[in-house]
Amino acid sequence: MKQVKVLGSGCKNCETTARIITEQAQQLGVEIELEKVTDMAQIMGYGVMSTPGVVVDGQVVHAGGLPSAADVVKWLAA
Amino acid sequence: MLEVFTKLADGVVFDLLGLTPGQKLTESLHFFIEDVSKIFVLLTLIIFLIGFFRSLVSPERARKLIGGQSPWISYPLAVALGAVTPFCSCSSVPLFIGFLEAGIPLGVTMAFLITSPMINEVAVLVLASTMGWTIAGLYVVTGLTVGLLGGLAMAALKQERHVEEYVWKIRMGQAALPAVDASLRGRLQFAGAQVREIVGRIWPYVLGGVGVGALLHGYAPQSFFIEYAGPDNPFAPPLAVLIGIPLYSNATGVIPVAEALLAKGVPIGTALALMMSVAAISLPEMIILRKVIKPPLIALFIAWLFVAFVAVGYLFNGLFA
Repeated sequence: MKQVKVLGSGCKNCETTARIITEQAQQLGVEIELEKVTDMAQIMGYGVMSTPGVVVDGQVVHAGGLPSAADVVKWLAA
Repeated sequence: MLEVFTKLADGVVFDLLGLTPGQKLTESLHFFIEDVSKIFVLLTLIIFLIGFFRSLVSPERARKLIGGQSPWISYPLAVALGAVTPFCSCSSVPLFIGFLEAGIPLGVTMAFLITSPMINEVAVLVLASTMGWTIAGLYVVTGLTVGLLGGLAMAALKQERHVEEYVWKIRMGQAALPAVDASLRGRLQFAGAQVREIVGRIWPYVLGGVGVGALLHGYAPQSFFIEYAGPDNPFAPPLAVLIGIPLYSNATGVIPVAEALLAKGVPIGTALALMMSVAAISLPEMIILRKVIKPPLIALFIAWLFVAFVAVGYLFNGLFA
């Protein structure tokens, strides 16, 4: 089980990022626990300034802009 | 090189559809086809090229570069980085907090926040190719000046007291920058993704902007603009800025509108004032900023941009009369 967090204030890009991750996880058959973090203090706590950011198992793997499906596969497969 | 788009529009409008030159519909359609094809091709090329080098500039990197510099360096650096660093407006809050948290003064942070939506390299290159390098250059120089002076003014007026208290309490974690794939393949993929994301986000603004520009170009009578927005109306610049505020678009979308207005005899200063107002003062952006700053500072922010854009209007109308 991977812990995935999408960091963002809830704008459209953040929603899309969460959707891409859910879709890819289903395709790969990887079980994930997805959490959307909208609290600014928490987001900043990860050192991320450009949203959406993505955290996998406590590790920041992405900041700013939409991730590609290939990126997501890489994070989930690792 | 750009004549190819004029030829394309000629081909479609005159040869394919057999329309007569000089008619309103023909002129509008010609403008629309030429500008839509030109802007989308340019957008794709430019965003791809810039995307290739994008890993060099990010808000996180800008924060690191600006932090700890003396004011002589930090203000010019902030507006310069604001001009080239892209960020989606939903990032303005974390960006604002992140800057202050790094010890970057409020004035420098505001200078960055004002410049960034107004100037971006894509808009500047599209502007240059539709209206020429002189106008693009003027737009950049005035945009940088407005951001720089705005930041200095907010610092002089000690606006720190109008920042929400919680902002000062946030402690940022060690900036955990994800590793960038710097291989050629990685960069190409990243550039492709940038094109999809940015063009995917702004295409409605571009179509809307070109549509308005095309209607103005074909249907709006020249006399109307000369009378109401021409050089003889001293109220044209403030009016242009007021009209621009509720129009929410990005800088690229408003370029074709300004292009059509210029062709109708609207003076350059009035057109620039409108462009800046549409790109930099928008209600959604203000609502986002309200999360970190209190109403008095928002009011000052809007007032500064209003006064500055009107001044830009008068200045350029005067210089190029």
